[in-house]
Amino acid sequence: MRLIEKMGAWLDQRLKLGTAIRETAEHPVPRDTASWFYVFGSAALTVFLLQIATGILLALIYVPSAGEAWNSLQILNHNISLGWFVRALHGWGSNFMIAIVLVHMTQVLLFGAYKYPRELTWMLGVFLLLMTLAMGFTGQVMRFDQDAYWGLGIGASIVSRVPVIGPWLVTLLLGGPIIAGPTLSRFFALHVFVIPGLLLAFVGLHVLLVLKLGVNEWPMPGRIVRRATYLQEYHELTHKQGAPFVPYAVWKDIFFSGFIILSIVVCASLFGPFGPGGQPDPTHIQTAPRPDFFFLWLYAVLSFLPPAAETPLLMIGPIVAIIVLLGLPFLAGEGEKSWRKRPVAVLAVLLIAVTLGAFTQLGEHTPWSPVMNAWSGDPTPFRYLKGRSALERRGALVLQAKQCRNCHSLEGTGGRRGPPLDSVAVRLTQDQLIRQVIQGGGNMPAYGKNLSPAETTALVAFLETLYPAGQAPARNASGVFEASQ
Amino acid sequence: MTPSSISSTTQSNPMSRRGLFVKLGLLFNGLVGVILAVPILRYLVSPVSHRRKSGYEHWLPLGDLEQFPAGQTRLATYRNPDIDPWDGQTADIPCWVRNLDGQRFQVFAINCAHLGCPVRWFPQSNLFMCPCHGGVYYADGSRAAGPPPRGLFQYSYKAEDGKLFIKAGEMPTTGSPTASVKRVRPPCA
Repeated sequence: MRLIEKMGAWLDQRLKLGTAIRETAEHPVPRDTASWFYVFGSAALTVFLLQIATGILLALIYVPSAGEAWNSLQILNHNISLGWFVRALHGWGSNFMIAIVLVHMTQVLLFGAYKYPRELTWMLGVFLLLMTLAMGFTGQVMRFDQDAYWGLGIGASIVSRVPVIGPWLVTLLLGGPIIAGPTLSRFFALHVFVIPGLLLAFVGLHVLLVLKLGVNEWPMPGRIVRRATYLQEYHELTHKQGAPFVPYAVWKDIFFSGFIILSIVVCASLFGPFGPGGQPDPTHIQTAPRPDFFFLWLYAVLSFLPPAAETPLLMIGPIVAIIVLLGLPFLAGEGEKSWRKRPVAVLAVLLIAVTLGAFTQLGEHTPWSPVMNAWSGDPTPFRYLKGRSALERRGALVLQAKQCRNCHSLEGTGGRRGPPLDSVAVRLTQDQLIRQVIQGGGNMPAYGKNLSPAETTALVAFLETLYPAGQAPARNASGVFEASQ
Repeated sequence: MTPSSISSTTQSNPMSRRGLFVKLGLLFNGLVGVILAVPILRYLVSPVSHRRKSGYEHWLPLGDLEQFPAGQTRLATYRNPDIDPWDGQTADIPCWVRNLDGQRFQVFAINCAHLGCPVRWFPQSNLFMCPCHGGVYYADGSRAAGPPPRGLFQYSYKAEDGKLFIKAGEMPTTGSPTASVKRVRPPCA
């Protein structure tokens, strides 16, 4: 022990950091902030350090080459001892990172911590969120599989819609005319050098600001933030009633960080690494590309935007969102901090959470996508065939063979792009069925050229049998009226 | 001189000899920075400037004409002309070839006109379907349903010496120049 003390004294005589570190560690914080609500920022920092460490470990093996990356991931998964575990740690670490950053941001918003004088801390935090998401996207590209390949295609297609310079931006983004070697190399440079470097700098400034300005006090309803008086009031909270950060508050940060790291370890060991999926061979087109979990909501949004509004919304939406986030501390830099007195903030958080959650849920199930193998794989329910005429059964066959099932379900199996057909005869009369099949419409292709008259007759005959017991099929009301006259 | 007296002299006399040297030095470094920035920027934008010079598109053989029977739509693959040795399989690009009547062809890009996912051809229903966001196209490449803002991208083609050639080399995207190649609508469609 005495040797360590001597070495410490020797170092401090030269570095002269001891006093500064001690003062930083023991700086007074408001007593209320020693709370389990104040642990998310430090946890995000801890996971960031884990990502750096596991990222360096992966870089020992990973080959950032379009021709070899996928193979090197297979080697990592199967041939390197515990390579799969390091990949799993990095992958699960990224999921936890995004989740914790979002929770941290929500807490900061609801506790009014972005208000005077912490505007810049919040703005740096907005950039940190964007960089974290950028790490998520570029990280998915590092896992150079089919999803990564086509995900790059989606990214390039979005970028191409930028007015005037879109095509040049695509070529710059891809590093050439197609998704190939230079694309992976530049995304590797972004994921490993550029964005982490920026992240380190911004995290450093972010934490420095927290130390310089002090951690946000626990918001009390009625304690109003005013530029003229806030600093004086905060000084009283910290220096008169406060307590030293170490050890008064820090032990909760330490425990929570440990708990998060343990959770990542458990997830990594139980669920293993993410992919890689199929080889990044564009000629393998039997694939349904999907983004990682935290981009599923965007994937869903992109399928719902109407074509006419898509490009403007894609160009303007993100910019507006970023401006709103950056401008928030200037719009509401003073006033109430407590979420009990800020219904707009609470409702905004709920609205965003419900929206993102709903779109993520939709993104999990992709009801807008045709199920590519439903026509050949899903059976026709037995009760729709039992006791049917030969014509109607032939119609059932047409329904399968012409891929109608890819978009329409029967008894819950099949695509969900179009409406289920289990009770289609209740909604549409024979004439309407024929019209719909031949002309399409309402987001359904016209099948007029693809069905012979005999096939159309059989198909409609089958569709007319699809109504639940106890419900009458739709009938032409005008016809009934004429007959009664 | 103590540090405080140094700063006080420079503050009281901003145009001192040494103050001027500092400014000249900064200006000099600014010039060096500009000289350095030119090659760095040119290096960074080389993918774009390369395209300006010679273009990425070339006539590429897709295979013998017999591989594409009349009235059918078949998947074909070509090796992208502009490649690096480490591209691996990513330089193998598929496309859909439709032979209308033995004379006229349509060659469609594999990329959906919405966001670039690979469309699949279903000969039974004569439709292209996209697995990502539900884009659907008719046999002639025109939009049938879903979010795509336009029909499938088409490559220019020519038939020579019993082989089918297409002009390709760049991934078509909604905003890229290759996306606006002439759209040949077959008269019968």
